[in-house]
Amino acid sequence: MLDTFFFYMFAALTLLGGLFTVTLRNAVHSAIALIVSLLGVAGLYLMQKAEFLFAVQIILYIGGIMLLFLFVIMLVNLDEALKQKQFNSQWALALVCLGGVGALVAYFLAKGQGAFPWGKPIAAIAGAPTGNTQILADVLFRDYLLPFEVASILLLVAVVGCVFMAKKESAAK
Amino acid sequence: MTPITTSHYVVLSAALFLIGSMGILGRRNIVIILMSIELLLNAVNINLIAFSNYFGNVQGQVFAMFVICIAVAEAAVGLGILIAMFRNKGAVLADEVDLLKW
Repeated sequence: MLDTFFFYMFAALTLLGGLFTVTLRNAVHSAIALIVSLLGVAGLYLMQKAEFLFAVQIILYIGGIMLLFLFVIMLVNLDEALKQKQFNSQWALALVCLGGVGALVAYFLAKGQGAFPWGKPIAAIAGAPTGNTQILADVLFRDYLLPFEVASILLLVAVVGCVFMAKKESAAK
Repeated sequence: MTPITTSHYVVLSAALFLIGSMGILGRRNIVIILMSIELLLNAVNINLIAFSNYFGNVQGQVFAMFVICIAVAEAAVGLGILIAMFRNKGAVLADEVDLLKW
């Protein structure tokens, strides 16, 4: 009962935040709507017993990435862009295509609803992990050590690349 | 009220993915296009976490962590490109960048 209430609350936060992110005119308002949406997603993580990812979502996404976005919005002058139109010339076509895709997804979800083996309540599932962070660390450092190291190299490349690109041209020569 | 099942999460994730796709396809502002990409990655993460919980193992959560890691790298590089582009062309709208079009 409480689960149902919280799910719909977080789902509403996520979807409305996403909708406002896409439709609002001012980029700063969009960023704030995206923060609301990410908070909703974090709540959904918590409901799915992913406590560590909940913390990661709050600290990394809302604290890190969104801060980066807000700094860039301040660096890049958006004042003229604010007065121009916000959607490109093909937005109607895009909407039609997405409506088609949405109808397709809805059709298959409705069609397969009875056959969904995962259509039963989540609370009924036994053997759910406990002590989330420890289990996650075990799996990450034992089974996924190589992808973990590759990810660290990727982050290093990203850091060097974005410093190089954001650097002033005169300083490069 | 019906209890919440994994298919609820799948539907939610599909809806969020569609909203994010609309942002990518329709908006002109590059900052907001990058934010829409974050929305897409979050939709995928909801799916991964839901199935991770359903199957009772943490592989999905580990995968979601890698997705977040990629999202961080993507945001950093994307915003770096955006700053470089703004400095060179003064453009933050996607359809003003048409040097390769003819």
